[in-house]
Order: sequence, then structure tokens, then C-alpha cells
Amino acid sequence: MFDRRLLTHFDWFFLLLILFVATIGILNLYSATFSWKVYGQPVYMKQIYWLAMGITLALSLCIFDYRKLKRLGWPLYFLTLGLLGWVLMFGKTSMGATRWIDLGFFNLQPSEVMKIVIILALACYFNDRSYPLGCSLRDLIVPFLLLLIPFGLVIKQPDLGTGLLILFIGGTTLLFVRIRYKTLLTLAVFGALTPVFGWFFLKDYQKARIYSFLDPERDPLGAGYHIIQSKIAVGSGGFWGKGFMHGTQSQLSFLPERHTDFAFSVFAEEWGFAGCAALLFIYFLIVAWGFFIAYRASDRFGKFLAVGVVCMLFWHVVVNLGMVIGLLPVVGVPLPLFSYGGTSMVTTMIGVGLLLNVSMRRFMF
Amino acid sequence: MPFQEKKQFRILVAVVVGIFAILLLRLWYLQIINTDNFRTQSEDNRTRYVLIPAERGPVFDRNGELLVENRPSFNILALRQDIGDRERLFESLAALMGVDPAEFEKNWQQSKALPPYIPVPLAEDVNRETMEKVEENAVSLPGILVETQPMRSYPNEGMGAHLLGYLGQVTEDELRSPGFEGYYPGAYVGKSGLEKVLDSYLRGSPGEHRIEVDVKGKKLRILKTREPKPGNRVFLTIRKDLQMAAEEAFGDQAGAAVALNIHTGEVLAMVSRPGFNPAFFARGIRGEEWQKILMDSRHPLQNKAIKGQYPPGSTFKIVTALAALKAGVATTETVVYCPGSISFGNRRFRCWKRGGHGWTDLRKALRESCDVYFYKVGYELGIDRLAETAQNLGLGSLSGIDLDGEKKGLMPDRQWKEERFGEKWYDGETVNASIGQGFVLATPLQLAVMTAAVANGGKVMKPYVVSRVEHWTGQKLLENVPTMVNEIAFEKKHLKAVSQGLEAAVNERKGTAWSSRLEEIRIAGKTGTAQVVKLKEKLGKNNDEEDIPYRFRDHALFVAYAPVEAPELAVAVVVEHGSHGGSVAAPITQAIFSHYFGVEMPVQEETSP
Repeated sequence: MFDRRLLTHFDWFFLLLILFVATIGILNLYSATFSWKVYGQPVYMKQIYWLAMGITLALSLCIFDYRKLKRLGWPLYFLTLGLLGWVLMFGKTSMGATRWIDLGFFNLQPSEVMKIVIILALACYFNDRSYPLGCSLRDLIVPFLLLLIPFGLVIKQPDLGTGLLILFIGGTTLLFVRIRYKTLLTLAVFGALTPVFGWFFLKDYQKARIYSFLDPERDPLGAGYHIIQSKIAVGSGGFWGKGFMHGTQSQLSFLPERHTDFAFSVFAEEWGFAGCAALLFIYFLIVAWGFFIAYRASDRFGKFLAVGVVCMLFWHVVVNLGMVIGLLPVVGVPLPLFSYGGTSMVTTMIGVGLLLNVSMRRFMF
Repeated sequence: MPFQEKKQFRILVAVVVGIFAILLLRLWYLQIINTDNFRTQSEDNRTRYVLIPAERGPVFDRNGELLVENRPSFNILALRQDIGDRERLFESLAALMGVDPAEFEKNWQQSKALPPYIPVPLAEDVNRETMEKVEENAVSLPGILVETQPMRSYPNEGMGAHLLGYLGQVTEDELRSPGFEGYYPGAYVGKSGLEKVLDSYLRGSPGEHRIEVDVKGKKLRILKTREPKPGNRVFLTIRKDLQMAAEEAFGDQAGAAVALNIHTGEVLAMVSRPGFNPAFFARGIRGEEWQKILMDSRHPLQNKAIKGQYPPGSTFKIVTALAALKAGVATTETVVYCPGSISFGNRRFRCWKRGGHGWTDLRKALRESCDVYFYKVGYELGIDRLAETAQNLGLGSLSGIDLDGEKKGLMPDRQWKEERFGEKWYDGETVNASIGQGFVLATPLQLAVMTAAVANGGKVMKPYVVSRVEHWTGQKLLENVPTMVNEIAFEKKHLKAVSQGLEAAVNERKGTAWSSRLEEIRIAGKTGTAQVVKLKEKLGKNNDEEDIPYRFRDHALFVAYAPVEAPELAVAVVVEHGSHGGSVAAPITQAIFSHYFGVEMPVQEETSP
């Protein structure tokens, strides 16, 4: 079953890019949490464990042919839907939101799992369908339902950030299917109107976040605090930054959530515009290389899978950076490979594993 | 590979490039264009300025004797973010200091509104022993710290309190008003006396620590220190021993005394009674102490030497005598018969001595303070000529002393009455004015200046209390020199005639100021009694002063200079509600003169009316 050729075709470059970012991320975590009193393992050590576990997971995902996942797509999709339903009824509540299932050793967050599973489901759905004349609105009803059901369940938790990401990931994957221009236009108008109606369904704390995004000074010590402190951290970095471990915003704890969602602020403060541009370039390389993998993929299922995973990584990067530098409201979206967190690491590495899998089997039919 | 798909990938990559470009532009905007702004904000975030109060300048008397200095005061503070179990901490601290922990809790609650990085003062100005106990046990008292601050201290307690003035925390209104630039909230500023007038010299400039703090405001390290600059040293014209002697001589009596060098106008002593202890203000006066001072009808905070306005009474006869001689209305030979009263028009004016003085010349009139003599002379002189001489001698206008809030008294004339009441001047009012009653008002300082001018031959000197201000390097920043305000061309023989009368008043047995004489120094002086209310008659025929309520009793005045042969020192004393002019003021005058000339105080004889 395991072909020696697979090793020669293994995408070392992509793995290297991933490991490179992950290494910078861990160094950054080391700096961000340096001033903390440590009980047990320091944060960066735990992240190293998670990375190791992630790499193992990614590599083991490469062992079998990704095409075998075609059969798993639907069962996984409905299982995850079930878990989302279960969470709503029996999940563990923390900070006003019900997102987790307590597995004892690990808190499972089905909405995170859904990010991957939705890619798989869409790939399965489009695998044996082709639209020579382009997709019509009617053709998109089923895929939309596939997206909207998990979206609805996730925002009910409430977790608008993850819900929107699921929508984004799925939405951009759909764009990859050829859609008629007329349909595209209708979708664009509809998409533009949605936020207006969506506003009425937002919870107060979600509205507060959007208010404070539009005008952080409204409540500088409350809702606006994260944005203001993050912008100060990023902006005060200047061109060359304050130097590794010398960011005052982070070292003196002015920056909240600096090991998770706002890890990039720490990096931006200490490495400046030069460092940010370089990091952004590496992320761009990852995304571009991901598209290249999709482009080279030998079948339609693989292409969809690869495009989906790249969209997932891309949107995480964009939404997180956008939030950290004050372009988007604060939604709890981690920066892949950079923010501390087991779930994010595992999700990202599963995606990476799928991409590597598709990449190394590009010549197999 | 279909062509269509290639195009799709190109679009995707283009979209990704576009979005990343937006992110990069935003980073450019934050990190390059606006970086200075954010850098400032991040600096503000992490740094705090902690003021180091400057030591106020010390004040010395003319001989370099210390009048006001500073001492370290120790405060016990609590750093809120470092405190865990407050109750237990307060209990062990209170046990250590031997106080009630409830006091700490009260102070803690009061400071709740302050920013969290500002330490809460738990106990202020504790003694050295307590401070050392707390320092020794610092390890078991996490979050408790000891702060040392300079505090005003007064080695002579309340001595010269009015002159020196007191401090208080700068008010919000003051901070907002011009002239208070450079003051900071919580700073102590001079509120009265020299502390107020010389505040800009005394206060120095505070230094500061620039410290790095974390988000909770916890001090991490000192980044930079600017040392405070201490205030300048002030030297007064006051002589401490003289000041002390005069204050002691007052005892419990209320009133004021001023001693001047007649040639220079230097103030050698300036007393106002009752006094207060400025040390109470230095540490922040307590409510009940403040209430007590405010409720005191004898106005302990008022510097009566420059703010108390009294009818000068018979001391004014010196002015009337000089004015009359100058105008030629009277000569040394002029005699007036005093039968005990005199009538002008249909009004009768009484002499203080019911039986009358008989034939009286100027010398006798001054010696025995004959009212009738001066009624007559003053009446003939007229108010305008009387007022002119009085005004020339500094009455009715500010002396110009370098202190705050001086009152200018009142020397009435026709014009003044016209403007003030829209009424014409009555001759009867001239009669009253010529013995210093009626509208005439003067401060003790003005009386001293007037007396000095009579003693020095007619030179009205501007009185001053600040000799010089020196930087601690010795550089002179301010030096006062004698300034003559006015010189009146009195004829020598006129001055001599008055002087002889005043000398007789003290040194002859019949003189009204006989009790003020000194064996070794010849003093010239004039007693006076200022009527507080004209109630004496209404209170009954029984004129015994002891039966009149304190607040209705007359003020006793005395002005004098010495030595007669070559005058040096002029003194004015007012004893509020002291009644017996000469006898009450006598010990105070004697104390000043005997200390000044270094002679023995006479044994006080039991005063008899």
C-alpha cells in the first residue's frame, strides 16, 4: 500500500514553511509569557507539545490516500452536526458561551472540528458533480444548507467568530465551483444585505464588540481596551520593533490575551514592520503554495479538499490580523501556528496533513 | 488541465495578494506613519512620574537664629495591589504600632476612589520609633511601606506665627488661577504671612522619579530621577529674643505690638495675640482644631499688628501737637485752662480727668494727657490741617510693609466725609479727632511708623520684615534696603517740645506712662485709651472698669521710643480690652526695650488705678 514514490514526492517545502512559522510562534509565546509566574509547564512548552502532537497527526494523515476520505465525508459531517446539537443541550458553559464537550482529558470544541469537516463535506458533494454551464442558484441550495445548518448551530452557542469562519471557508470554497455570473451577482447583493439583517440577531456583547471596533475610545477601559492596547503595541513597534523580549506593552502586561488571540501584537511590537512584513510574506507563501497544491492535485476531490484547507488557513490569518490591527471587530479567532491553543493547533495540523497528503499523491490516479 | 481552472487559481491568488496588501498597508499606517503617536502612548502606559517634594526654604531671624525649618515626617502607606488579606495585615500592623486597626480601614475606604497605583496613607506623621518598628518588620508586612517627606517644623512653636504664616494644601481654585503654574495637587503652599508672600522663594521646585510600572501600576524600576531643588533661605529683620520677650509679656492678653528701628524701618518684633501653632497646619489641620480657631472671638489667625484697626486715642495727641506747632496755632508757651471740660457751640467735651488739669501747656498736656488742651488746639487747627500732618505721618494709608493683607486705617477729612456720607464736616468731629477718637483708625504698625518718624526727625520709613533671600549657594536673590516714604519738614524745636512732653509722660511721677519707665534707659512715650463702645455711660454711673464686660472694655495703647537722647527703637503696643492705658501696656513695652538695650527688667509693682 505504501509507495516509496510517495516519499520522493513528499512536500518538504510546505512542511518547512509550516514548521518555520510554528517556531517563530513558539519564540513569540516565550517572550509574551515570560513575565508570568509559572505553575507547572510554561505556555511555550505546552505549545511545543501541541506542535509535536500536531506534526504526528499531520504525518499520520499522510499514510493513507486522501481519497479514502470520500467515504468518511458524510458520516463525519452528520456526526459533527450531532455533536454541535449535543453541545447546545449538554455542553460545558464557560464565560457565557456553551462551546465545549468535556472529555475528561480534553475539552472538545465541535465547532472547531466543523471547520475541517465542512471542507470534507463540500469536497464530497462536488466531487461527482460538474456544471459545464456553471452553477445556478438552484444548484447551490444543497451546498448552502450544508453550510447554514452548522453555522446556525454554532452562532447559537453563541460563537459568532467560528460561525462566520465556517461560512467564509465554505463560501470561498463554493466560489471555486464555476458559478454563473448572474447567480454570483445575486449572491453578492444578498451577501451585502445579510449583515444589515444579521445585526438584529446579535447578542449585546457582540454588538458591544462591533461598537468598540468602530470607536474604541468609547469605552477605553472596557470593550475598547483590547483594540486600543493592541494598536498601541503594534504601532509602537515602528519599523524595526523594540526587540525580542523588549516589548513594553506585552512584557508589562498591558496587552490582554497576548498568548492567544493577540499573539501577533506581541510579535508586531517586538519585530516591527520589518518582522510583520516578513511573517505576512511567509503566510502568503503558505497560502499560495496551498493553492499550487490544489492546482496540481490529480482529482477534483483533492482540489476541493486543498482549496478548502487553504481557505481555512487564509481566513484565520486575515480575520485574526484584521482584528489585532483594528481593521475588524474583535472576534475570538486564533492566528494559526502562532496563537497558543491545542484545538487551533490540532485543527491547523489536520489541514496541513490533508494538504501534504494531496500534494504527495499528485501523480496517483 | 482545463484552462478555466488556471484562470480561477489566478483570481484566487490575486484576491489573496489584494487582501494581504490591505493588511500590509494597515501595518504600514500603524507602524510607520503613526508610530510616534503609538510610541508615546506606550510610554505613557508604562511610565509614571512620582513627585519628590522639595524642601521648603528655612527662615532665620536677623542674627541667623532659626525660626522655621523642616523635619522628616514618616508616613505609613499601603500599596493596594500588593495586599492580600487586608484584615489580618491591618491587625498585625496596628498591634505593632499600638493603634486601632479601624483607623487604617477608615483611611483605606476613603482612598478607594484614587487610582490603584497610588498608595493609601494609613498613618501620617508617625514618630521615628514607630517608623523603625514598621521597617524592621517589613518582611511580614507585604504591601506596607514607609515614606519620608519633609515637613515644616517650628523650633519656637507658635512664636511669630502671624508673621511667618502657615501652610495649607493648594486648593483646586488656586491651581486653576494664574500665578499657580508649577504647583501640583496636594502641594503645600503658604496661606498667610511670609509663607504666602515669599512662597515663590521658599517652595523650591519638586523633583521626580520616572518609574516603570506594569499594567497594575506596580513599580518595577526607576528609569530616571530629577532631584528636587530646595527652597531659598530667608533672613528676617526680626530679632528672635525681642519677639519672644514681647510675646511672653503679653501673657493671655489679646492685642499686638510692633517694634521698629526708627532709622531704617526694619521690624524687629511683630506680635499678634492670641496666637496659634503653625505646626498644626503643616501636617494638615484637623476639623476640630480648625473649628476652635474659627469660633474664637479673639481671631487668633488675624495678624492684628497690620490688620487690626483701632482708634489711636490719646496716642494721636502727638500728631495733634506737631500739627498745631507746625501751623502756629500753638507754641510751647501756649497755655489752656482745663476745668475738666470744654464747650464748643452747644456741645460739652469732657476731659478724662473730671477735676481738670488747671493751667496746662504743651509739656503738661502731653505728660498728663489733658484732653481739653488738645480739644482746643485741634479745634483751632481745623480738620484739614490736622489730617494733612497725620496723613504725612503715614496714617490712613498703607505703610507698604512686605506682608500680605495690611489694612490702611482711616484719617478722615472734609473730602472723605463728603464722599463717604455726603455730609458736611462738623467742628465737633474735629474736636473728637484731635484726641484720636471719632472716625480715626490706625493699625499698630502705623502707630509705630508714626512714632519712629517723630523720633527720627520727620522721616517716614517704609517698614519691612524681610532682610534678604539667599540661594543655598549664598547668592543673594532679594535684599531689602531702607526706603523713605516721606520726609516732613518739622522744625527742630517743635520736635524737641513734643519729645520733652513724651519724656515727661514716662519719667515724671505725674506722667500717665510712669509705670513704663526703665531705670537705665530714658523712654519717651504716650499712652492711649481707645473707646470700644460709648456704652460706659449707659452701663451706669459706676465707672469701675472691672465691672464692665470684657468685650466692652476699652483698648489700651502705648507708643514709645528710646533712648530719648539718641533714639533707636520705636514701639507701639495695643492691648485689646486692656482698659488702663499705661499700666497694662507697660510690661510689654518694658520687655521690648529692656531686651533691646540689654538692661534689667524692673520688678513689676502691683498696679493700682
